[in-house]
Amino acid sequence: MGKLSPDAILKAIGKGKGGVAVAHNKLTAEKETVRIPIPETVTLPMLQHIGAPCTPTVKKGDYVGVGQIVGDSDKYVSAPIHASVSGKVIAVQDVKLANGKMAPAVTIESDGEMKLFEGIEAPRVTNKAELVKAIRESGLVGLGGAGFPTHVKLNTPEDKDIDTLIINAAECEPYITVDYRECLENSWNIMGGVYTLQEILGFKRVIIAVEDNKPQAIKILKDIADSDIDHGNIVRLMTLKSRYPQGAEKMMVLSATGRKVPAGGLPSDVGCVVMNVASTAFVSRYLKTGKPLTSRSVTVSGNCIKDPMNVRVPIGMEFQQIIDFCGGFTEEPYKILSGGPMMGTAVTGTDVPLLKSNNAILAFSKNAARIKPERECIRCGRCHAACPMSLIPTQIEKFAALKDAEMLSKLGTSVCMECGSCAYSCPAGKPLVQHMRLAKEVMRQAGVK
Amino acid sequence: MSDKTILTVSASPHTKSSGTVTGIMLDVIISLIPAAFAGVAVFGIRAALVIAVCIISCVLFEFLSRKIMKRSSSIGDLSAVVTGLLLAFNLPVGIPIWMCVVGSFVAIVIAKQMFGGIGHNFANPAITARIVLLVSFASAMTGFTAPAKNTVDALTTATPLAHLSGIDLSGDISAQMDMLLADGDLPKFFNMLFGVRAGCIGEVCSVALILGAIYLILRGIISIAIPGSYIATVAVFMLISSGFNVTFTVYELLGGGLLLGAFFMATDYSTSPITMKGKIVFGIGCGILTSVIRLFGSLPEGVSYSILLMNIAVPLIEKATAPKYFGFIKKKKEKKAKEGAA
Ligand code: SF4
Ligand code: SF4
Repeated sequence: MGKLSPDAILKAIGKGKGGVAVAHNKLTAEKETVRIPIPETVTLPMLQHIGAPCTPTVKKGDYVGVGQIVGDSDKYVSAPIHASVSGKVIAVQDVKLANGKMAPAVTIESDGEMKLFEGIEAPRVTNKAELVKAIRESGLVGLGGAGFPTHVKLNTPEDKDIDTLIINAAECEPYITVDYRECLENSWNIMGGVYTLQEILGFKRVIIAVEDNKPQAIKILKDIADSDIDHGNIVRLMTLKSRYPQGAEKMMVLSATGRKVPAGGLPSDVGCVVMNVASTAFVSRYLKTGKPLTSRSVTVSGNCIKDPMNVRVPIGMEFQQIIDFCGGFTEEPYKILSGGPMMGTAVTGTDVPLLKSNNAILAFSKNAARIKPERECIRCGRCHAACPMSLIPTQIEKFAALKDAEMLSKLGTSVCMECGSCAYSCPAGKPLVQHMRLAKEVMRQAGVK
Repeated sequence: MSDKTILTVSASPHTKSSGTVTGIMLDVIISLIPAAFAGVAVFGIRAALVIAVCIISCVLFEFLSRKIMKRSSSIGDLSAVVTGLLLAFNLPVGIPIWMCVVGSFVAIVIAKQMFGGIGHNFANPAITARIVLLVSFASAMTGFTAPAKNTVDALTTATPLAHLSGIDLSGDISAQMDMLLADGDLPKFFNMLFGVRAGCIGEVCSVALILGAIYLILRGIISIAIPGSYIATVAVFMLISSGFNVTFTVYELLGGGLLLGAFFMATDYSTSPITMKGKIVFGIGCGILTSVIRLFGSLPEGVSYSILLMNIAVPLIEKATAPKYFGFIKKKKEKKAKEGAA
C-alpha cells in the first residue's frame, strides 16, 4: 500500500484523466485508400472552416481550373476555397450544409479533364512569414475535423516562447482511419512536413503522438522520428494508451508536455502548436507542388455501408455519390453522420457536399445507434469521472435549467469541448452534450464569460 | 435518393455505453446475494422471510407512490429492490413482519419518493427507515438472536460490538479481550469472518460482504474512495484509542454494521458526493462520527447515524470540494482578463 503513488491511487479509484474506452470499430484500417472517379459536379460552400466565410470570386458561366480560387475573404481568420474540378461554374447560390446551416456556394460542372489552373506553382518559403502566407493561400484547414485555418495556428505570437510542435496522429474517434492510412501510405510527406515545419518555425522539439492500438503506424512514425535528418534528436514518437478523447488538442498538449492549456486559452499559451498528421503531410506536398487543398481522404463506414473504405474525394462532392461509390446502403440508415460517432454531426440528408474538415461519412442502422431511454439522473457521477475537463455535467445541466449564468461560469462550463464522453457514459441516457451547449448559450445570452 | 429515407438528427455523441440504471441496480443486487445467503444460513429461514417482505413491500410502495403522484413508473430500474434488500439487511431476524412493512414505507415513500425519487433524495432510504424503526421500536430492533437458532423465540444475545463497548479502554485491553474471547462472549475470529455471530441479517458475514464489494468495485459501480476512507478512519481511531490493540480494532471493524454500511450504504449515489475529493471527505466524516459514537457515545453502534448525518452534509461537502476544471485560472488573473476585455 505504502508504495502506491498518488497517481496510481487516483487510477485505482477510477479518477485518472477522464475520458472513456470506446469500441474502435476501425473497419477500414487495412484497406488502401481508393481514388474516387471524377464527379460530374462539385458544390463548394464558402464556409468550410472556423472563422469568416469567403465570398465567391467567380460567377456563373466562368471556366475554372483545378486549384483556382473560387472564394476568398479579406479577413485573417479564414481560408480561401479552390475549385476541386475543372469546368464551368453553373451556379452561385445558397446551399444546405451537413450541419443544417445554409451558406453560399459555388457549383462547378466538371469537364472531366481535371485540368490544373495555370497560375499554380510551388511557393518559395524560407521564413515564417512566407510560410504563413503560403499556407493561407493553400486553403489548408485542420483536416482532423475542427477545420481551424492552419496558417493562423502556425503564425504564433512572437511574444510567446513556442518550443514544441505536436503532430497529432491519435485518431481516437471510432471508425475513422484516414489519419492511420495517411501514416501508412504517405509517410514521406509526413516526414517532409515535420522537418520543414521544424526547420522554418524553429521548434525545440517535435512530438509525434499516436495511440498504441496502431502498431503499424507506430513503426512508420518511429522511422520518421529516428530518421538521419534529425541531427539534434529533436523529433520523438509518443505512444498514448488508446482512450477517447486522447486526440483532443488540450489533452494532447497535456500528454505530450505535461502542460495545461489555461481555460479560454490556446496551445500557444503554453508554447505548443498541434498539427493533425494529414495536415502536416499536406504542407509538405503543397510546398513541393503548389497545388492547394482540393481533395481529401474520407472514411466511409458504419454498419449500413455495403463496402466500407477510405476514399480520396474532391472537396465539394455530394455525400450520396460518395456513399454510392462505396456500394450504397445495405439497409435503411437511421442516422448518417458527418464526422465520427462521438463528435460528428447527424445530417438531415445525403444531398450535402463534403467539406475540407469532413473526415468521415458514417451510416448506422437503428440497432447500431444504441439508443437509451432517458431517465432521471441518479447522481452516479460517471459524467464527471469521464469528463477530461473535470467538469460536473449533471450540475451544469441543473444550473442551465435555472439559467444561472454566473454559476455556470464558476463551474467552468466554457472549457467544455463537447467531446461527448459524459453523454456516452451516462447510464440514464441523458443528452448531456446538448445540455452543455444550452448552458453555453445561457452564458452567451447573459454576456457572461 | 436522400428524400426517401428519413434520417434521425440528434446531438452527438451518436454512440452510448451499454450501462443503464437497471444494469447498475442489478449489479448491486448481485453483489448483495452472497450476504443474503449467509444471513439465511446463519439465522435460518425467517431471515429469508424478512428479506422477501422488505423487497416486496418496497417495490409495492414504489409502484403505488409513483402512481399516486402521477409520475412515470420507476420499478423497472430495480432501485426499490436494492432498498428492500438493504433494509432487510439492517434488521434483526426476529423483527415482527409488520415492522418490515412500516420500514419499507418510511424508506420508499418518505425518504425517497417524497423528495422526487431516485437521484433526488438526500437521505439514504434504508438507513432512514432503520433509524425510524430503531427510535420507535428500540427493543424489537435490538433484540438480536444468537446465530443458528432458527426460531423467533431464540435467545437474544448481545452483539460483538455491545461486548466491545463494555471494555474499559483505560485498562489492559488485551487482557479484557482475551477474557471475552475465552468466555465465548466474543465469537472466534473465524466466526466473525463467516458471520456466526449476533447481529442484523445482512451485516454478519464479512466474507460475503467483501466479496460483494469487490464485485462492485471491479464492475466500476462503486469506487473504493468512500468505503476505503471510511473504514481506514475507523481503524485509525480504534487503533489509537486501544493503544494499538489489533484484535480489538479488527473486531470493531467486523463486529458491527461497518462493512455493510461503508460498502453498500455510504456509497449510495443519490446521497453521497460525486467528486473524488468529496467522496474521501464524506468517508472520513462517516468514519469520525462512527468512531466517536462507538467510543464516547452511549450507543454501541453508530454506522447508520453517521451515514445519515453525512448525507445531510453532502451539499456542503460538494461545495467545499468543488473540483478545479481543466486550465482553471486563479481569480486574480480572471479579474485582470475581465478588465482587459472591458
Ligand atoms: S462534452 Fe464537455 S462536459 Fe462532456 S465530457 Fe466532454 S468536455 Fe466534459
Ligand atoms: S452520468 Fe448521468 S446519471 Fe450519472 S450523474 Fe451524470 S447525468 Fe446523472
